[in-house]
Amino acid sequence: MAMKGRTIRRHFRESLKSLNRNGWMTFASISAVTVTLLLVGVFTVIMMNLNKLADDIENDVEIRVLIEIIEDPTEAKAAEEKLMKEIKSLPDVEEVVYSSKEQELNNLIEDFGDDLSLFEQSNPLRNVLYVKAADPQQTAAVAKKIEKFDNTYDVVYGEGKVEKLFSVLNTSRNVGLVLILGLLFTAIFLISNTIRITIIARKDEIEIMKLVGATNSFVRIPFVLEGMWLGVLGAIIPMVVVSIVYYNVYNILEPRLHGELLQMLNVTPLLYQVNALLLILGILIGIWGSFMSVRKFLKI
Amino acid sequence: MIQMNNVVKKYPNGVVAVNGITVDIKKGEFVYVVGPSGAGKSTFIKLMYREEKPSSGDVIIAGTNISTLKNNRVPYFRRQLGVVFQDFKLLPRLNVYENVAYALEVIEEQPKAIRKRVMEVLELVGLKHKVRMLPSELSGGEQQRVSIARSIVNMPKVVIADEPTGNLDPETSWEIMNIFEEINARGTTIVMATHNREIVNTIRKRVIAIEGGMIVRDVYGGDYGYEG
Repeated sequence: MAMKGRTIRRHFRESLKSLNRNGWMTFASISAVTVTLLLVGVFTVIMMNLNKLADDIENDVEIRVLIEIIEDPTEAKAAEEKLMKEIKSLPDVEEVVYSSKEQELNNLIEDFGDDLSLFEQSNPLRNVLYVKAADPQQTAAVAKKIEKFDNTYDVVYGEGKVEKLFSVLNTSRNVGLVLILGLLFTAIFLISNTIRITIIARKDEIEIMKLVGATNSFVRIPFVLEGMWLGVLGAIIPMVVVSIVYYNVYNILEPRLHGELLQMLNVTPLLYQVNALLLILGILIGIWGSFMSVRKFLKI
Repeated sequence: MIQMNNVVKKYPNGVVAVNGITVDIKKGEFVYVVGPSGAGKSTFIKLMYREEKPSSGDVIIAGTNISTLKNNRVPYFRRQLGVVFQDFKLLPRLNVYENVAYALEVIEEQPKAIRKRVMEVLELVGLKHKVRMLPSELSGGEQQRVSIARSIVNMPKVVIADEPTGNLDPETSWEIMNIFEEINARGTTIVMATHNREIVNTIRKRVIAIEGGMIVRDVYGGDYGYEG
């Protein structure tokens, strides 16, 4: 049955009026939405940042390939280029960077001081290739393959430690996911329960609507729209609070974290994403909660 | 207008509330349904507006067979009748006007037509001057008038009233009865379950007495027939 535009407008008007008429019930429902979405929002922001940290740590893992020393410079150059080509042709390799032994020594001098500069006379280091795996979790496998190539003196990637690090990161990601899901579930339960109570209080109203010949959808739509408004209104405070707090924390911490491994997610995409998530979540839960609650009273 | 053919209503708990009722109520009739409490009066009435479905037998109201009516057609069926209850069943948050208009909004009537028709029926029940008041601000008699106005606003063929004067004092009850008579005079069939002996004995109409789920008496212009 096609619904007339006038009727749709009526449903919208009715849903807004009803919010107003049910003052305390509306307040209770919005509060439930607000509290739970605030928790979800704060937790999501923290989890997303921790996830980024985990990604950064993973991406920091690289393989150092020490190259065999070959006396003849032309031969050495050819061997190095061949090795580089071979490594690049491996499917899981994302990036190969060459660093000469002079550069290596300079890095050491920068890190540990001029005492090391006496090695400039006779540099004991080797030329190095820094290899990054496309998927950090594949680092060990890539390292194994590189070891088999000619002219590799040693392949170093922190064997053992890297595997342990990855397992810790994976566990913490899973724990975070489970916590967020649990929180979401609680939010859905709490919010739809509050909405249910407000609708139970109006079951006489639904009965009367049915008695004068209202179809189920005619009864349901204003309630469902009302649920949507509850979701929208309940999402406002969490959105504002999460945005303001994150923006300020970001501005305070960001300059101090400069150059550190630990970096916060940028304000712009993150807050848009989290706010969209909160709004959509609020709306969906509001609609779903009302829909399920009204359904109970529509069975004749 | 209302036909029942050997209707039985047995509830899931085993109680047989209506046990083989056959009745024929013609268009424009005014019928009292009387009987002691628990005799099956209420179920008899509920069968008419499809609050209950018969366990067996046919119930045909204004050409619609209730027994085979699908759930999703019930709202359209109910638009052909008006129902009035002892407890008025008004929407507490809507004012007088909105309560009456609601029955027309439901059928997606034109707003202009709604306004005209609602004011018409409110005038008929004498509440034109209280359109903006909430049910809680009205007396019982006034609330019942709103409820009656709502029941007739979409020009039903039948008005079914379950103890409409049950919560009202005698004087108010007479006023309500006058309204029902007025509605009946305009051609609407009225079925009214009642315990009010004085009314039944004074405004003489067809009386159907129900006891033990069966019709024990069906007399035109009859009296209440019970003591107390």
